[in-house]
Amino acid sequence: MKQPAHPEHDASVPSQTSQTSQTSQPASTRLNSAPAVSTTLPTVAKLLALAMLGVAVVALRGPLSALLLLTAVLTCAALARLPLRATARALLPILITAALAAGYQWWARGPAAAVEVAADLLTLVLAAAVLTATTPADRLLDVLSAAVRPLRRVGVNPDALALAVTLLLRTVPEIARVVSEVRDAARARGLSRDPRLWLTPAVLRVVGRARDQGEALAARGILD
Amino acid sequence: MIELRGALVTADPPRSADERGRRGRRAGTAAEPIARHDGPLRILGPIDLTLTEQRIAVVGANGSGKSTLARLLNGLTLPAAGQVLIDGLDTRRDGHAVRRRVGFLFTDPDAQIVMPTPVEDVALSLRRTGVPAADRDARAREVLARVGLAERADLPVRALSGGQRQLLALAAVLATEPEILVCDEPTTLLDLRWRRVVTDLITELSQQVVLVTHDLDAAARADRVLVVDDGRIVADGAPEATLATYRLLMGVDDEVRRG
Repeated sequence: MKQPAHPEHDASVPSQTSQTSQTSQPASTRLNSAPAVSTTLPTVAKLLALAMLGVAVVALRGPLSALLLLTAVLTCAALARLPLRATARALLPILITAALAAGYQWWARGPAAAVEVAADLLTLVLAAAVLTATTPADRLLDVLSAAVRPLRRVGVNPDALALAVTLLLRTVPEIARVVSEVRDAARARGLSRDPRLWLTPAVLRVVGRARDQGEALAARGILD
Repeated sequence: MIELRGALVTADPPRSADERGRRGRRAGTAAEPIARHDGPLRILGPIDLTLTEQRIAVVGANGSGKSTLARLLNGLTLPAAGQVLIDGLDTRRDGHAVRRRVGFLFTDPDAQIVMPTPVEDVALSLRRTGVPAADRDARAREVLARVGLAERADLPVRALSGGQRQLLALAAVLATEPEILVCDEPTTLLDLRWRRVVTDLITELSQQVVLVTHDLDAAARADRVLVVDDGRIVADGAPEATLATYRLLMGVDDEVRRG
């Protein structure tokens, strides 16, 4: 995960423009229609690491292991040079969710459970953010599509499933952007104090946007 | 060739408060169909049309049914009755083949763009055309160059202006080399400069283009103009006569005279 972050994560840094080009292997050097092993290997490794992290988060109990895993992912994010402000803004809804979950767990099961739940949630979401920030979407699609190809036998469209997973992984910054826009609109009307006043429209806009994107994908024939 | 044979689009009417109340009271009891006295609402049609011209413009007031007509052509909306045929292919029966032939450009490019950078979004379109993975990146850059976005291929999408995003959405559609391009108000959200850039690009395309628009200057350049009002085609023909009808319909001429 030592690749620099994907340009999506910082629009204000022009120098990152060339970094995607560097990570994209020139078409002329590829031998066949399948992505070269040397380019897919890091993506496979990252996906496996994400899967193993998910298992570890579930298997290892207690606040100490949860905090250790979160520290490990934070280190990866730092190595990947994820822009701090943009990432924090993107994770704001997750931070709010984690805080709410922690509050409930504290009340129901005590402080240890609260720390564990919040840390686990942040660990998984931040790890997904690191993966998408350091991996070109096209390559991620290729690898995921190849991985789920055996499911074709049971009627699953591997390309559609891979696209769904890729879009899901990219959802966090999108949701953050929508929440930010809705909060700005609420603030402009002097309604920023009550979260209910921006949460409902934010949820509706996210759902509407998902529906619009699905429709656009259908129009492009990508879901056929 | 685009053919609409008695194409009709309907929607279920909204339930009245009385019906909602009855349904609520019956919740939890054995399923019993609620008698519905209203028929389905007619949104568009029935329409009979054959479109062979290279440039077709569709104009009409907001909510008149223009977008529904556009969506019929790509199979995004299926007719409740009648048929929509694209080169003989039925949008209901041959949806996959129809979408290969008919590209669709939406009003809001943000709904259409799903990948983080322009080159990746165009590459996504190329996946379904069978372009080998090894060639996708180069081909995507070629398509972006055609719409003037070569220099911005690797920028994050949100760093693009609204006009550039619409060009990207257009590139993503053109990448699949459709034979027909349906554009649903592609310049409505753009400023004058980008409106001209996008309109000029669409005008120069070799594809048959159906352009839904409020831009009467763009409509005037079409070979044929359809005026849609209240779900029906009320004028159809050469731009001069049909646009005059449209202006009358909108009451614009009267205002001009009074002004």
